[in-house]
Amino acid sequence: MSSLVHDSLLLAGRTFAHWRAQPVPFLVTLLFPVLVVLMMGGLFGGAVAGSAGDYVPFVVPGVLALTMLFGLETTMIAITTDAQRGVTDRFRSLPLHSGAVLAGRCLADLAASVAALAAMTAAGFALGWRWSGGPGDVLAAYGLLLLLRLGLLWLGVWAGLRAPGLEAVAAVQIMVWPVGFLSTVFLDPATMPSWLGAVAEWNPLSATADAVRELFGNPGVTGGSWPADHGQELSVIWPILMVAVFAPLSAVAYRRLNR
Amino acid sequence: MDAAIEAGAVRKHYRGARRPALDGFDLRVAAGSVCALLGRNGAGKTTAVRILTTLLTMDDGTAAVAGCDVRSDGDGVRRAIGLVGQNAAVDEVLGGRANLVLFGRLRGLAKAAARARADELITRFGLDDAAGRAVGTYSGGMRRRLDLAASLVVPPSVLFVDEPTTGLDPDARREVWATVRRLVDDGVTVLLTTQYLEEADELADHVAMLRDGRVVLEGSPAELTSLVGETRVEVRFATADDAAAAGRAAGPYAVGPVDVDGVAVAVPVADAGAVTGFCAALAATGPAPLDVAVRRPTLDDVFVHVNTVEEVR
Ligand SMILES: Nc1ncnc2c1ncn2[C@@H]1O[C@H](COP(=O)(O)OP(=O)(O)O)[C@@H](O)[C@H]1O
Ligand SMILES: [Mg+2]
Repeated sequence: MSSLVHDSLLLAGRTFAHWRAQPVPFLVTLLFPVLVVLMMGGLFGGAVAGSAGDYVPFVVPGVLALTMLFGLETTMIAITTDAQRGVTDRFRSLPLHSGAVLAGRCLADLAASVAALAAMTAAGFALGWRWSGGPGDVLAAYGLLLLLRLGLLWLGVWAGLRAPGLEAVAAVQIMVWPVGFLSTVFLDPATMPSWLGAVAEWNPLSATADAVRELFGNPGVTGGSWPADHGQELSVIWPILMVAVFAPLSAVAYRRLNR
Repeated sequence: MDAAIEAGAVRKHYRGARRPALDGFDLRVAAGSVCALLGRNGAGKTTAVRILTTLLTMDDGTAAVAGCDVRSDGDGVRRAIGLVGQNAAVDEVLGGRANLVLFGRLRGLAKAAARARADELITRFGLDDAAGRAVGTYSGGMRRRLDLAASLVVPPSVLFVDEPTTGLDPDARREVWATVRRLVDDGVTVLLTTQYLEEADELADHVAMLRDGRVVLEGSPAELTSLVGETRVEVRFATADDAAAAGRAAGPYAVGPVDVDGVAVAVPVADAGAVTGFCAALAATGPAPLDVAVRRPTLDDVFVHVNTVEEVR
């Protein structure tokens, strides 16, 4: 066990060294969600909420959840690049703990997401976003966001290991947008056609967005449907389901890389 | 002598592949020697290396490296080996030194020991000027050297090097050869794969020719070249008459039939004495040649031979 901790900390440290060596791409991933809030607030704020200012309390928690979805791409790029370049094979040829490489990836990506959440939170505050929930609720909200990230992380690890090449990452980069829009991140599903609204309400992203809005004490969606009324439960169930499915699949894919 | 690598009847059929990549692969490499696994693209070299380094499981057969079974004692194998894969597998973003420190620490060296070892290897592999630069900016040869260094942070007892010089320019190739030779002086057992006969000839004590997933011929470079024939003296003349006269003069020095083809004569000879004797006879009596060459059989001839003859053994 101690070798697992030792090895995965070293491998996570490798990613931190990448951030130091190439701060610009790292800062771009931190600030991109902020750009999304500014853009969506400016474009849709007036139409959706009457003004950009009134839209902020709704959209900031939504984009906090969306930021976790953006992390999927970071994970997949890192995993696919290492697998393609043979770096993963080199790690696999070393006497490391068998879980260390993927655990190191998890640690590094969760750390990146903590930084991205901090950046988005600071930007939210600058735009006038506030929470009214107690400290416990606020911590629980951030916990749920990171739990979603953990679920997506294992999806990203699995997809990255199975990807035939870096081109596959581009497909995921594109898919992030329909998944992001077909959720309650930007809009209340009550304003959508009913079938589209149902898709949006079942989206795991929506569960987390709804749950954290409630915990932060921010305005939420209209509700009335089962998934919309059970955001808290779904925001725990979805990520746990993703981990339960994709962590074992990733472990198998890692052992069988390139067969 | 102890075998550092032992593989018996290894079979590997990739899912979806038309034919097995390895099919009855046998190999024994003595401890402290350099073995070249020689074969064309697709012969199964990388598959063999990946199985012996525990990256891939075989369908059938047995294999042990440094006395550890690759199936039941993968960790033992991984503790004993170094692997330099077909593509330089180092971190492109980090500097060369940072890479070596990382690999050292992953091999269990303490921070200070890993740093000291990294500095030592950086100097030994001539990377001092580039030690802090991102590896992404390195030339192919520098990357290869770093790759080799990374597999030596903790000296392995068996080193696998998969096509170390494919895609390198001649200078970089010579640098890599020099590095491999130095390893051998340190007593490391090396299994090297290559498509180049010259490389096998330069570096290996033992050459195993791989074709269609099995070793079709093996031995020392000298043993293999002696299989396909003798040293020949090749002489060209201005006219066919001169060539015919020279062919008759060659009789006493030849160990086999003299080959006269137009203006060219090829004389199989046994030793250097026969070469000088034949040349002296030509100078004394025969016509003046336009060109004289002594041609030894090369591994190339063996390679062509093996790849044209259907069944060697
Ligand atoms: N992952 C794979 N899936 C299917 N076939 C493969 C795979 N890797 C290699 N092969 C096939 O196995 C054979 C041997 O490949 P390889 O060991 O890479 O040869 P070499 O290294 O000598 O060029 C080739 O025919 C190759 O196409
Ligand atoms: Mg190969």
